[in-house]
Amino acid sequence: MTAMLERTATRLHQPVGLASRACLLLAAVLVVTAHFFPLWNLTMFAPQYPDALRLDIFDHALVGGNGGQDLKEINLLNHYIGMRDLAVEDFTEFKWMPFALGGLALLFARAAVFGTLKELVDAVVMFFYFGGFSLWTFGYKMYRYGHDLSPSAAVKVPGFTPPMFGHKAIANFDVYSFPQAGTYLMISVAVLLVVAFVLAWRRTGRPAGRAPRKVDLELTAT
Amino acid sequence: MKRLWNARLSTWLAAGAGVLLLIGYSACSPSAPPSSSRGGGTSDIANAAQRTYVAPGDLDEYYVFASGGHSGNVYVYGIPSMRHLSTIPVFSPYPATGYGFDDDSKKMLGGLTWGDAHHPALSETAGDYDGRWLFINEMNGRVARIDLRDFKTKQIYGPVPNISGNHGSSFITPNSEYVMVASRFSIPIPKGTYAPIDKYATDYKGVIGALKIDATTGNLDLGFQILMPPFDYDIGDAGKLTSDGWMFLTAYNAERATGKLEVTASQRDRDYIAAVDWRAAEKAAAQGLGEMIGGVRVLDPAKVPGLVYLMPCGKSPHGVAVSPDGKYIIGSGKLQGVTTAFNFEKVQTAIRNKDFDGSEDGIPVLKYESIKDAEVEVGLGPLHTQFGPDGMAYTSLFVDSAIASWKLGEWKVIDKVPVSYAVGHLAAAEGDTVNPDGNYLISLNKLSHGRHLNVGPSQPESSQLIDIGDEKMKILYDAFTEPEPHYAQIVKADKLKPIEVYPKEENKHPLAIWDVKDAGVTRVGNKVTVKIVAVRSTLTPTSFEVQEGDIVTVAVTNIEQTTDELHGFGLLDYNINLVVDPGETKTVTFTAKKGVFPYYCTNFCSALHQEMQGYLIVKPR
Repeated sequence: MTAMLERTATRLHQPVGLASRACLLLAAVLVVTAHFFPLWNLTMFAPQYPDALRLDIFDHALVGGNGGQDLKEINLLNHYIGMRDLAVEDFTEFKWMPFALGGLALLFARAAVFGTLKELVDAVVMFFYFGGFSLWTFGYKMYRYGHDLSPSAAVKVPGFTPPMFGHKAIANFDVYSFPQAGTYLMISVAVLLVVAFVLAWRRTGRPAGRAPRKVDLELTAT
Repeated sequence: MKRLWNARLSTWLAAGAGVLLLIGYSACSPSAPPSSSRGGGTSDIANAAQRTYVAPGDLDEYYVFASGGHSGNVYVYGIPSMRHLSTIPVFSPYPATGYGFDDDSKKMLGGLTWGDAHHPALSETAGDYDGRWLFINEMNGRVARIDLRDFKTKQIYGPVPNISGNHGSSFITPNSEYVMVASRFSIPIPKGTYAPIDKYATDYKGVIGALKIDATTGNLDLGFQILMPPFDYDIGDAGKLTSDGWMFLTAYNAERATGKLEVTASQRDRDYIAAVDWRAAEKAAAQGLGEMIGGVRVLDPAKVPGLVYLMPCGKSPHGVAVSPDGKYIIGSGKLQGVTTAFNFEKVQTAIRNKDFDGSEDGIPVLKYESIKDAEVEVGLGPLHTQFGPDGMAYTSLFVDSAIASWKLGEWKVIDKVPVSYAVGHLAAAEGDTVNPDGNYLISLNKLSHGRHLNVGPSQPESSQLIDIGDEKMKILYDAFTEPEPHYAQIVKADKLKPIEVYPKEENKHPLAIWDVKDAGVTRVGNKVTVKIVAVRSTLTPTSFEVQEGDIVTVAVTNIEQTTDELHGFGLLDYNINLVVDPGETKTVTFTAKKGVFPYYCTNFCSALHQEMQGYLIVKPR
């Protein structure tokens, strides 16, 4: 057991190779890029809204379609059922998410520069923790907004949760909810991290004395 | 026997006479001529149905801006469906949009509650509609400007000094420099001057004026005026391209008659078209020539020669139209069977050669024979002419109740289509610009004579859509338009770019508020200001209290930015109804009388529209 832990510790301190470092650097860039794209979009059709009401969710903001007007309209309609206004200042996520994305980018860059498996593992763990937590908080917020309805609302509706993914009919609205470019960038980051880890794992797990494969030679030579 | 024979003969004669009478009777009661029944067969109906059908949700190709005559409104229709899309109130209050009830529009109406709107004119750039503004005149001597960004009346200018019965208006110059105004009822000027009716020929004055249009805002301002003989100035059209710089206005009553004008003003064989060199007049006014009368610079052509020439025209002319290339001036005497095409080049030559035939109050009269190119035998009662592409011209025939098509240069009638009935103006698609579209023409008829479900003696007007795509004109649609279409402008829909809401950032109203927290009452002495927020589905504050005798100004801001979310503010027992568009602020001022008065949203807005109400509570002193 101790031997295994020792072996792992040794392995964690081994360099990950250039391919993994490149993946990490690219991931750092993509994580920053994701800040500039919407993560999620909700589009709501109703007979009175043939052009739909649109809401883009960024890591730092809620942006309504039609020059921001759609968000006001969504809030206006929601006041009839006693839902709180979707206000940017009510979301702590919009403060910590850009900060966390920046932190992740730095973590990836650090791993790329220091280049040992240890830093790579930190990056992977932190990213998946961040991703998981973000999805949970998104879902939880959706649930809370749909359930914390004012008891004095003009129109009483049972609590509901807007869809996280796909279509849901809510009263006269057909609501569609899908991930957007920002989320796809984050998925790409996840893929890059997994690739970086697999490459690094295979490289560091090579028995001592075995000649590096051709590809490793080339990468280490540069 | 002889007596019997005689009796038989008389019986036979009587019977024969009876037969003749029957024949005669049947000969004297023919069935209606084919022209007054629909005719044409099923394929035409199918064609007409297809051409005019605009499916639910689909849009029309053209806007029609039709004068609403003495209703004081402008009506907006779509072509080819001829659906009534909207009413733009101009000279009359219109509760449906709250026009004439809020402080600003009430002030703009200036205490008048009607105006006889006549000739809408779309603003032009280089002789083509530019989709910025629509001007329209009325008989009390005013001209209004409608902004086509929001389809709202923005300015009512006038009554213009010295102009009396502003019928010869609001014809516009090709680059929207000026809108013309002109007197139909000559009076002694300035207004307020006395002169007995038997001094009509000398002491009464006709006036032709030009209102300056601000190039950026479109605002109207006093330009200059020209003193004219006391004729009745009727209809005008601006020269374009080769004739740019000139304005042509018909004038009847060259007799300078008074009394029973239908007789006294119809004695001479010719009346006039006044050709005004408006650029020369503009220059003369800028040089300070002429004199100030009634607060405006008035040029007397007897003292400042070269401004106006009179073109003899067929008896009692109504319409005048300049061809798209600017080469021909088409004038029709309504008591003649021909329309005359004057050649602008010949007019210029005659002026250069002083080819005159006398003068009227110092204004040279050009020789008819020297300036006319052709007389087109269009039919009886020719009034107005509009144009299509390739030199096509269309003349309305009031007496014939038809529209004749003919070609510039060929001067021969190509086709005639009967209309129902008694057409006055006609409007072709962009038919008074340098680039007429063809395709469609509307016959604006004075009588509809039961071509509709009977709605009692107050019969609707009729506007017929006519296909002018081919040589053979085809009636496509009977629309029963609001009274009374004097003239219309037809513009391609894509030339207009109207907004759907007033952007919040553009609202600079000093009493505008955007948050219910700012709503409420402020008082200075007995002057009370109430700021109200209108948004689905509450008018905030939902009640407010003032003192009897307070001067109350209510300012309602509709903070919506959503299309079609209008809100009203109807205050019972006060004759107040505001309608506030999204992003707009309107005010109304009134003196409080004691009691409790409900106010509510008059313009249906939402599922809880009925709940959008409140109370004005007025404490007795």
